[in-house]
Amino acid sequence: MSGTASLRGWGRTAPTTAQVLTPRSFDDVSAAVAAAGPRGIIARGLGRSYGDPAQNAGGTVLDMTGLATIHSIDADTGVAVVDGGVSLDALMRSALPYGLWVPVLPGTRQVTIGGAIGADVHGKNHHSKGSFGNHVLSLDLVTADGTLRTLTPDGPESDLFWATVGGMGLTGVIVRASVQLHRTESAYFVVDTDRTADLDELMGLLTDGSDDTYGYSAAWFDTTTTGAQLGRAVLTRGSLATVDQLPAKLRSDPLKFEAPQLLSFPDVFPNGLANRLTLRAFSELWYRKAPKRQRGSLQNITTFYQVLDLFGDWNRVYGSRGFLQYQFLVPFGQEPTFRRVVEKIAQSPHASGLNVLKRFGEGNAAPLSFPQPGWTITVDFPIARGLHRFCDELDELVLGAGGRLYLAKESRASAATIRRGYPRFDEWRKVRDHVDPTGVFTSDMARRLELTN
Amino acid sequence: MIDAVGNPQSVLLMGGTSEIGLAVVEAFASDRPLRVVLAARPSEQLDAARARLERLGCAVETLTFDALALDTHADVVRKAFTGGDIDVALVAFGLLGDNEKAWTDVATVVELAQVNYTAAVSVGVALAERLRAQGHGSLVAFSSVAGERARRSNFVYGSTKAGLDAFYSGLTMALRPSGVAVTVVRPGFVHTKMTEGLKPAPLSTTPEAVAAVVVDAVRNRRELVWAPAPLRVVMSVLRHLPRAVFRRLPI
Repeated sequence: MSGTASLRGWGRTAPTTAQVLTPRSFDDVSAAVAAAGPRGIIARGLGRSYGDPAQNAGGTVLDMTGLATIHSIDADTGVAVVDGGVSLDALMRSALPYGLWVPVLPGTRQVTIGGAIGADVHGKNHHSKGSFGNHVLSLDLVTADGTLRTLTPDGPESDLFWATVGGMGLTGVIVRASVQLHRTESAYFVVDTDRTADLDELMGLLTDGSDDTYGYSAAWFDTTTTGAQLGRAVLTRGSLATVDQLPAKLRSDPLKFEAPQLLSFPDVFPNGLANRLTLRAFSELWYRKAPKRQRGSLQNITTFYQVLDLFGDWNRVYGSRGFLQYQFLVPFGQEPTFRRVVEKIAQSPHASGLNVLKRFGEGNAAPLSFPQPGWTITVDFPIARGLHRFCDELDELVLGAGGRLYLAKESRASAATIRRGYPRFDEWRKVRDHVDPTGVFTSDMARRLELTN
Repeated sequence: MIDAVGNPQSVLLMGGTSEIGLAVVEAFASDRPLRVVLAARPSEQLDAARARLERLGCAVETLTFDALALDTHADVVRKAFTGGDIDVALVAFGLLGDNEKAWTDVATVVELAQVNYTAAVSVGVALAERLRAQGHGSLVAFSSVAGERARRSNFVYGSTKAGLDAFYSGLTMALRPSGVAVTVVRPGFVHTKMTEGLKPAPLSTTPEAVAAVVVDAVRNRRELVWAPAPLRVVMSVLRHLPRAVFRRLPI
């Protein structure tokens, strides 16, 4: 991909046009940064951010998927050295034969290393392993002056390292990183499933201490039912299986991993197909198909939590108007806010089918990293009339409870909302402005949310 | 930037006292406060428009703009973009004129043509240059159903709008590869001070109703809209009537 292109995020909203370059080396990246015009430059990975952080209207966008070499995976230390454009899917497939596991995997493996660091992504195991940045040993960043800097979490420029983690690509271009992988005996999960009658039962299960006995945990919940069934949910929790836990027939090849793409959706879905009625039917089905209580089910990661990776271009289901994903967190103790938000969605004309609830563990040192101790909820809304006001109302509830929004999902909030949610924003901004005083790195999101000047 | 739900952050109104234009700005502002640039000749109406928008929470800047001063257009547009990107630019200035005077008096017809057509394309070119450079944005031009088929009662006005309509319809295609959406709006009879005292045509509408159509068109990147929407069908029928029949219609 090279030349002028119209780009948008995974939500398929707000397209803008930029010059797209595909660098094949560090020198290509440096040259592109040096040649960036007044509209600046931003790196783009696989375009899985929902909003506009990887697009740059009128400026340059670096398609980083051309820089995608896995340089080494050390079977003894578990350290992988990879280019910024390597996908987590590729890394996972390459690491598994060594009995190594990518420590943090978000809901899709179709994200790049650069994107995973830039958004400081998290997975179902945040409460046990933290977010992606926690596992980065060092990263190579091409900064605004065209130089290549190697940064570490506690080295001389650690402030720049942590400003880059969660920094949405606005400190420079991540061209390479060393990531600490984890050991695993198998590529399977031992999964427990609990179907709860309502939100209270779900919250009970998540707070009775049992959550900490699982490496991975998240719940799907229903936002289309009101009354007694409000927030009924399916909680799935599990841990990577040991060889002993596998049935005999899988023991010969415990690290085998297959994730076929079943189908790719064509771009034919009309707007409004995902509506209250169809999403209610979907939710009913999703709820009913889950077992009431199941222990020790053996699943691979796709079945366990990357179900959407079975389908290509699933975002087309929402039609040409696209959709937005609303992900927020509120600190522990703000559970009533959750209930209020779920009620609000259930009572609103806006319906969401894919809803995830997760308990977060400790955050990290990055000023713009999203996860903090608390609860996070993710919902999808098809773009419809009145959605902006509805989301503004949700913002009020979330921010009022001391919460925040996730920039990798964000596509419509105000600059003030983001600043309020990230009290260390100014600290991040200072580091950013110091390394890029003239604003070479910028994006549509940066303009929209006034993240840069 | 225009966000995922179609809310712009900044709007430029060329013809800063246009009732329809201001109604569009207010419609956007009611969803989210905006940075607004009003370009018009200084007047009390302009000050009043500014005050009204500021009460809605908008940050308003005014620029002196005279449609007839063609050589100043590029500079006015340049100034409009100094505060940052313009997400939506509205070309909303125009004169209705007295048809009988216009087709019998050279000075009148030239002024009408200059304001409604020449100035509109002059501003259009300057805006197109800026919008192309920023790689995003929406450009809205107000045409009229009067431009679709010349009627005896207002064909001079209609002829200017026909020219504007063709120019901006073409611009739609020219700017599309640059990521800029151009929308041509064809309102019918709108109750404003411009049409005060005139007999309303069927399907007459209000600035607020036209604004709702425009907001929807910008959000959906529509290229051609009628206000109200049924006018599209009505005008299609009228356009295809034999001349002998059309001439006799009481319109």
